[in-house]
Amino acid sequence: MANEVTLLDFWPSPFGMRVRIALAEKGIKYEYKDEDLRNKSPLLLKMNPVHKKIPVLIHNGKPICESLIAVQYIDEVWSDRSPLLPSDPYQRSQARFWADFVDKKIYDAGRKVWTTKGEEQEAGKKEFLDALKLLEEQLGDKPYFGGDNIGYVDVSLVPFYSWFKAYETFGNINIEKECPKFIAWAKRCLQKESVSKSLPDQDKVYGFIVEMRKKIGLE
Amino acid sequence: MEGDSVKLIGFWGSPVVLRVKWALALKGIEYQYVEEDLSNKSDMLLNYNPVYKKVPVLVHQGKPLAESLLILEYIDETWKQNPLLPRSPYERAQARFWSKFVDDKCAPTVIAAFSKGGEEQQKAAEEARENLKKLEVGLEGKQFFGGDEIGFADIAIGWLPYWIGIVEEIVGMNLIDAESMPKLNSWFHAFLDIPIIKECMPPRDKLLNHIKAFLQVLTSSSSP
Repeated sequence: MANEVTLLDFWPSPFGMRVRIALAEKGIKYEYKDEDLRNKSPLLLKMNPVHKKIPVLIHNGKPICESLIAVQYIDEVWSDRSPLLPSDPYQRSQARFWADFVDKKIYDAGRKVWTTKGEEQEAGKKEFLDALKLLEEQLGDKPYFGGDNIGYVDVSLVPFYSWFKAYETFGNINIEKECPKFIAWAKRCLQKESVSKSLPDQDKVYGFIVEMRKKIGLE
Repeated sequence: MEGDSVKLIGFWGSPVVLRVKWALALKGIEYQYVEEDLSNKSDMLLNYNPVYKKVPVLVHQGKPLAESLLILEYIDETWKQNPLLPRSPYERAQARFWSKFVDDKCAPTVIAAFSKGGEEQQKAAEEARENLKKLEVGLEGKQFFGGDEIGFADIAIGWLPYWIGIVEEIVGMNLIDAESMPKLNSWFHAFLDIPIIKECMPPRDKLLNHIKAFLQVLTSSSSP
């Protein structure tokens, strides 16, 4: 049976980027479809009726929704190359734990940084930087969270790096100063083609956030 | 040396701890259970789960694991008998999807439906019912989320209708009924009928009183 893979995505979405990186790591050819989220395609609504959100991975006509679930699916189907999760069950559980931590903390805290002001923004900034520092601790001396090569946690986290110019500008923070190890790790990841081809330029994301802020009345 | 020791740190009234109890029971794994006083958390819990400081925590061979759904995955991968997740990657993705949907969407909207007042409650109840109807889709053509037999998603989700039933009694509002959600309703009864599932459940009266107190705290903190 032919392997038909389609990704319904939206270019600035860090969640979409996760799936792009996983597909690239495994060397899978796929059709990329950028959605207009104000005018969602019938395909998206059909493939993700529950959430109506991207990313949606479609493999041989069947949809897989939720970015980390899609990344695990990719790892399980194309298990013969570039494993993203380790093989030891305890290490797998740790990788899942930290990817889940990224889901719980980074997006929401980061969102507060670019959408709020005053006390709420200060709280968001602290939450965001504390989370990055905790992740730095987890990284330790390893080149990647996955060890010698990028793994599940790296894939779940590095997309947010493309949003850093936006966070720094609107939050008035210097992430490199606060979390130098984190920035060094992110730049190391970007040296990999699977990551550099999957992440949009920070300037492009920044421009997108400027427009979003106007739309939600922040400028 | 810890050998193959398994320890579960939990709270009797916690639905997410119940998930782990069900998984351990289904696999026939012997373990030591440690009850936590959540109003006065032990140093042991804080050491084992410094990030969230919550139960459940599973300790296996001295190594701690947190987050109930992740613990379920670990249990399934470590003890291969009576597999919880299906074999096909697509079916596994579906099981994970529905489990996450309950945690991310169903549970919060159900809690909101029971703890808000007036117009807000109506809106929350509608949202909760919509989410429960969406959940029914996961049961399409199957008796259980796992198919002919219970699996990962059943264990992850099985607490929800039980808790909803108790809260419906306390608050006098109906969220799941046989007419509007027939599949969910029959799944729920079939699931709870399974002896090994029934055995692990907390006593209903005790749980009802506990949830009553919990709701009181919620409603008093959300009223103007």
